[in-house]
Amino acid sequence: MSTENPVAIRFKDVSRHFGDVRAVDRVDLEIADGEFFTMLGPSGSGKTTCLRMVAGFDNPTSGQIFLHGQEVSNLPPYERQVNTVFQDYALFPHMTVLDNVAYGLMVRNVPKTQREKQANDMLDLVRLPGLGKRKPSQLSGGQRQRVALARALILKPRVLLLDEPLGALDLKLRQEMQVELKVLQGQVGITFVYVTHDQEEALTMSDRLAVFNLGKIEQVGSPSEIYESPASEFVAGFVGVSNLIRGQVAKQITGIESTFSIRPEKIHILKENEKAPQGTYTAKGRITDVIYLGMYTRYEVDIESGNTITVAQQNLTTTGGKAVAAKGQIVNLFWEKDHCTQILKKIASE
Amino acid sequence: MKKIVSLHPSPFQRFSNFLYSHPRIALLLLLGPPMLWMLGIYISSLLTMLVQSFYRLDDFTGQIVRQFTLSTYAQLLTASNLDIVRRTAFMALAVTGATLLIAFPLAYYMARYANTRVKALLYLAVTLPLWSSYLVKVYAWKLILAKEGILSWTVAQLHLTGLMDWLLGLPGIGGPSLSISPIGIFLVFVYVWLPYMVLPIQAALERVPKSLLEASSDLGAKPPKSFRHVTLPLAFPGIVAGSLFTFSLTLGDFIVPSVMGNSSFFIGQAVLSHQGTSGNIPLAAAMTSVPMVIMAVYLLFARRLGALDAF
Amino acid sequence: MPSKSSSNTEKTPLGILGPAIAAVLFLNMPVLIIFIYAFTTDTQTFTFPLPGVTTQWFGVAAARSDLWDALGLSIRVALLATLLAILLGTLAAAAVSRSKFFGREAVSFLLVLPLALPGIVTGIALRSTMGAMDIPFSFFTIVVGHATFCMVIVYNNVLARFRRMSWSIVEASADLGANSWQTFRYVLLPSISTALLAGGMLAFALSFDEVIVTTFTAGQESTLPIWIFSQLTRPRDRPVTNVVALFVVLIMAIPILLSYRISQRDGETQLNR
Repeated sequence: MSTENPVAIRFKDVSRHFGDVRAVDRVDLEIADGEFFTMLGPSGSGKTTCLRMVAGFDNPTSGQIFLHGQEVSNLPPYERQVNTVFQDYALFPHMTVLDNVAYGLMVRNVPKTQREKQANDMLDLVRLPGLGKRKPSQLSGGQRQRVALARALILKPRVLLLDEPLGALDLKLRQEMQVELKVLQGQVGITFVYVTHDQEEALTMSDRLAVFNLGKIEQVGSPSEIYESPASEFVAGFVGVSNLIRGQVAKQITGIESTFSIRPEKIHILKENEKAPQGTYTAKGRITDVIYLGMYTRYEVDIESGNTITVAQQNLTTTGGKAVAAKGQIVNLFWEKDHCTQILKKIASE
Repeated sequence: MKKIVSLHPSPFQRFSNFLYSHPRIALLLLLGPPMLWMLGIYISSLLTMLVQSFYRLDDFTGQIVRQFTLSTYAQLLTASNLDIVRRTAFMALAVTGATLLIAFPLAYYMARYANTRVKALLYLAVTLPLWSSYLVKVYAWKLILAKEGILSWTVAQLHLTGLMDWLLGLPGIGGPSLSISPIGIFLVFVYVWLPYMVLPIQAALERVPKSLLEASSDLGAKPPKSFRHVTLPLAFPGIVAGSLFTFSLTLGDFIVPSVMGNSSFFIGQAVLSHQGTSGNIPLAAAMTSVPMVIMAVYLLFARRLGALDAF
Repeated sequence: MPSKSSSNTEKTPLGILGPAIAAVLFLNMPVLIIFIYAFTTDTQTFTFPLPGVTTQWFGVAAARSDLWDALGLSIRVALLATLLAILLGTLAAAAVSRSKFFGREAVSFLLVLPLALPGIVTGIALRSTMGAMDIPFSFFTIVVGHATFCMVIVYNNVLARFRRMSWSIVEASADLGANSWQTFRYVLLPSISTALLAGGMLAFALSFDEVIVTTFTAGQESTLPIWIFSQLTRPRDRPVTNVVALFVVLIMAIPILLSYRISQRDGETQLNR
């Protein structure tokens, strides 16, 4: 029984069927010990089901799941050394905050004074000192979230599972909590497995992430790998915004008849008479829309053959909403060759 | 392939793990006892009753002859039995209509106009009588309607005794006094079943979103039209639910007719009398099937009209 | 666009308020009138106004041993029936609310039947079975009848509570290491306890007051409602009956009001059958 296994979680050809529906379809995945790993995808993509199978609330129809080298596929949740932070926090409404946090210790028969001390320490760690006597209904959403964290972490699990924990919070609080969670993970040093549909969140917090779609994993990699080199059209479109250039138009621009993805912020706009640098891909078009978004301005450019390219330009040199180019203007676009990724698949299962 | 298990799982722990990984067996354990009871005691009794209705009572020996026959059901078609059914059915209809008329304004007020405090109070005011002792309620009316009782006294004070006597003189619904007459039976039924009509209607009316009425008014409909075209159709399931209660409860009741009535039987009394001293369970069972059939048809109708969709 | 005032400050049209008030009075006055008659000196009739006022009937009633027997039987039956109802009703509610299984709709329908069908059907059904199997009337035949429909009340209340409960707290408990018994004891039971209590009290009240099914399954025994019923049809002791009526109202108000208070604190009233 190895305790130094660098692989915290391993999915081996795991499937979960509900009748005809394949919620999870032959997933292989390895999550390393100590990393902040995110499962990203739209609803129904299988990410939550995978998380629940790690926790033990669901069992695979086929395949195996390993926790630190041990197969756990059919083990009940209370026998696994993982703990979960639920989407609705799942705090016990009839218990005080302190009793909630100390619950895991209580069911393990830890004596009262000892477990209350540990619970109070935990509340300090999540920055909720002194709230032990309150009931969950008296706390705000953000506070409840932290209590749920404390309750899970007090048991010193080797893996913490987080099921869209920030979904119910408003934007500012969500952004704050994202940072806090990342810091906390660094402090505690355990593996975090995080599920979300918010791609910005995934990019912010993860060491690595997996993009799910229709029960399969489209791509696994670091945030920059996924963003800069999407493996499929789905990933290109789901993570960030992307322009997809195909067929004849692609051949015209790049010389290869295939599908290419280029991110809006990587494209430069030049006036009609300006020439693009050597060794770049170029396209000429007319601006059909200019949208001011504060930090940047979005331009919709209609290049020949009816395709529209979205360009995003940081408002670095302009103020007062003035744009670099105006609607109706003809412009030259260019971008670096290695900013452009060739995409061979629409979705992973092709 | 090693599994993580606690070092010394107690037998209980093992059982708990077993149940966790075999949810079907856990379900069986949960559902087993109540289902055994329902099927073994309740359903089998209903079936026994059904079977018995196809036997007959031998008049000479007084014993039940356990052979399939339709003669018992045929007895239902005698004039006196048909009378009983007709009497009971008419009463059920009248009671349903009257309770609907009385219940609706109250339910409407509770759903549309009452603020939270008043609504809670009214809810209590309706459910407390609902749950008070049924027999005591009937007894209370025996008291009130007695010839020398409080109602007569009030009527006399209002100089309306002549009207009351005229009512009591009417054939078919009158009688020696209000407390021994079909009118009396009718009044008591309306009283005891009224909450059963108020609550479903109130619930249905509350489910009508206020925005619908606002939309209706925005589109030019005056309140009576909005009521007729928006509120009433949406409240209809509640009305049907309430009427199911009042109809079904009246059809099967024997208490009120026994206490407030004369010698003309209602279905419930007939059933009670048949199974009692004469031990004619087949006939009692056959008679019981009448309200059941009526209610089944009523339910089918209600379903067809879409009135049960809310449930 | 002209604005309408919000519904709560709208004035109620008299055509609705009038009948509404009348209905409320109609519902609640009759029982209060009984209270008056418990004190009348009249032994033969229900004359109003009361010829005289006395409290002697309370003493007379207290001395009646048949009354105490009937009361004792009613209470014992109600207690046992409620116990069975809580047990069976909760098990059924847990199964129906948590699992999707083949025939679930049929099971739900089945569990509502004893109250949906008129009492006389249940009564005669049980009676015919007892006759067919030669089972003698007894305390237990009464309890069996009562438990059958009391179960439905507990089932309804607990089912509604299960449906409102977020199941994630049960998963959280298991996730934190509690085995099935611990989860049941520390998380599940506290969550449904109010519904259990409220349903149980309503079941008690229902059993205590039941007369239709009991008439068919009781034989020679008299529960309190049967005692009252016999008084209603062959009146011999009017004054004593008046006193008994008063007490029944008071006794039954207790579980009902308690049940109401418990449900209110729980956030939802479940005073439905």
